[in-house]
Amino acid sequence: MAAVVDVIKKHGLGVFDVITDVVGFCADGLTMLLLDMPPLLLVAAAMAGAWYARRSAGLVVMVALGLLFIINQGYWNETMATLSLILFSTLFCMVIGVPLGIACAHRPRLAHVLQPLLDLMQTLPTFVYLIPTLILFGLGTVPGMISTIIFAVPAPIRMTQMGITRVPRSLIEAGEAFGATERQILWKIELPAAMPMIQAGLTQCIMLSLSMVVIAALVGAGGLGVPVVRALNTVQVDVGFESGFVIVLMAIMLDRVCRPKDQAS
Amino acid sequence: MSEEVNAALEFRDVDILFDRGNRRGAIEAALARLDAGETREEIGRALKVTVGVAGANLAVARGEISVLMGLSGSGKSTLLRAANRLNRPVRGEVRIGNGLAWLDIARCDDDTLRTLRKTRIAMVFQQFGLLPWRTVRDNVGFGLELRGMAPAIRRDVVAEKLDLVGLSNWADAYVHELSGGMQQRVGLARAFATDADILLMDEPFSALDPLIRRKLQDELMDLQKRLKKTILFVSHDIDEALKIGSRITIMREGRIVQTGTPDDIALRPVNAYVAEFIRHMNPLPTIVATAVMRRFEDLPRLADGMLDGGRIAVAPESATARLAGRPLPIRPHGEWQPGALCVVPAQLSLGEIVALRQRSGLPVLVEVDGRLAGLCDDADILQALCGEARFRPE
Repeated sequence: MAAVVDVIKKHGLGVFDVITDVVGFCADGLTMLLLDMPPLLLVAAAMAGAWYARRSAGLVVMVALGLLFIINQGYWNETMATLSLILFSTLFCMVIGVPLGIACAHRPRLAHVLQPLLDLMQTLPTFVYLIPTLILFGLGTVPGMISTIIFAVPAPIRMTQMGITRVPRSLIEAGEAFGATERQILWKIELPAAMPMIQAGLTQCIMLSLSMVVIAALVGAGGLGVPVVRALNTVQVDVGFESGFVIVLMAIMLDRVCRPKDQAS
Repeated sequence: MSEEVNAALEFRDVDILFDRGNRRGAIEAALARLDAGETREEIGRALKVTVGVAGANLAVARGEISVLMGLSGSGKSTLLRAANRLNRPVRGEVRIGNGLAWLDIARCDDDTLRTLRKTRIAMVFQQFGLLPWRTVRDNVGFGLELRGMAPAIRRDVVAEKLDLVGLSNWADAYVHELSGGMQQRVGLARAFATDADILLMDEPFSALDPLIRRKLQDELMDLQKRLKKTILFVSHDIDEALKIGSRITIMREGRIVQTGTPDDIALRPVNAYVAEFIRHMNPLPTIVATAVMRRFEDLPRLADGMLDGGRIAVAPESATARLAGRPLPIRPHGEWQPGALCVVPAQLSLGEIVALRQRSGLPVLVEVDGRLAGLCDDADILQALCGEARFRPE
């Protein structure tokens, strides 16, 4: 294992540097952009977004109160850093996970091969692969994000696969009977039918990413994990609880906005 | 030959087998055993191959409703689904005519198949097969959308087809807001939308309650009078088959047992299996006057030259009749009065004949092609209701 890492370090470090630079630039750039904007404007934008997504006044009030509480407690900067970390890792997870999930649903053999790998990614203690990612990507946002992606990406893969596999045979046949191509069946039948499951995968992915913020902070990523780690080192119960509560608050708000709508039928 | 020119869809020696075990060569081995005369069960046990349909030959004429009948597992749906290759026959041809030449759906390439599915063959499903996240309008336009038709044109076509099935006011509703009967009307409109000339209907009304089912059957027959589609219809309900079918094919264990007109099936079943089906049918709306009547050719003549109809004597040449020595007036169906003999058209149902016989107390005369051709008296009616032919085939 050590030899493998050495070989990669010797010959591939340039590639990892590029990845580190690009991903780091995007994530840190987003953080800075968010921090440059007046917090109250962002609160208003989040309220508008919540209204657009759910049409629920209660949720909008909840989002507003939650964000104002965060500002009040002085965790706004950390919250924005965490938000951009989560947004990016979730984006990567979905970009990788949805196509892979579709491929797994269409090719049972691929699913069969991937299954143990996904289990491994979710059960392997995070610190184990934190070490090689540290070596390859150095300290900072990027290794945190990579670890987060490794941990969270099985969720959208599995949920997408399940969603596509569960599309009723009769709907696919209706498509075939009217002359749909395979691509049309995917876009017009399978994906819309699997959409609630894919959305559930998205929510899960966000939650899993959030659960990684403390570990990401250990390798130098900014955000809400940082005060938790600091509180741990200096045994400050109050700071630990405050920042922990803010993480939970974020989780609840993101979950309520992103979770799949209840099916009417 | 004339049959061949008129047929829009034709199955020739179609065998459909499913390999459950995925063993190489299993299908070929099963075909060999099938040819050697082994039964479905034997092949299924020995090779893990399901024989869906074996040796099916059927021609569907342009503009007719051909019904495939059978119990579940008889292969009727399997055969239907071969018509658009949702099931692919392992042997035999499924031919579709385009007026000039035949095309074999079982063997054509994928592009041709898709073109056929988009333009010539549409399908209606038992469980409707509608897309729940789409509105009624977008469901009906589904086939046209796949074809790449521009939205503006599509909207007009869809509006026309929705009008056809009486759902114009529901265009923007979602499928789950509709009752089962309305959902299947959407299914019908979707099938009509592509203007395909061949319609495959896989037990389309089986999931509906009886009242709605009969209503939709009537609507389908009304639409068919105007649209003149070629329809292949699967049903397990003998009354439905007899009601809407211009030809009926009875299937059993993957094989076709009998093909014929409703009268052929109802009055001349070829074996005990078909007779068993017929035993459970409701004869009143199904059997027609010509099938009930005794023909005048078969009646003996009396001394004065009139025909001996039992209670009455008839002279069809002069359109006169006599009851117990006194002349009887003869009136056509629409103008019947008490005390007169009624003349009914050839296609009048047994149920109406029974009603007329009950009201008049007299036999009923049957007119075929403008001539008096036969009469129905009590014995004939009873014979048709529970006659020998229905119970003991020759």
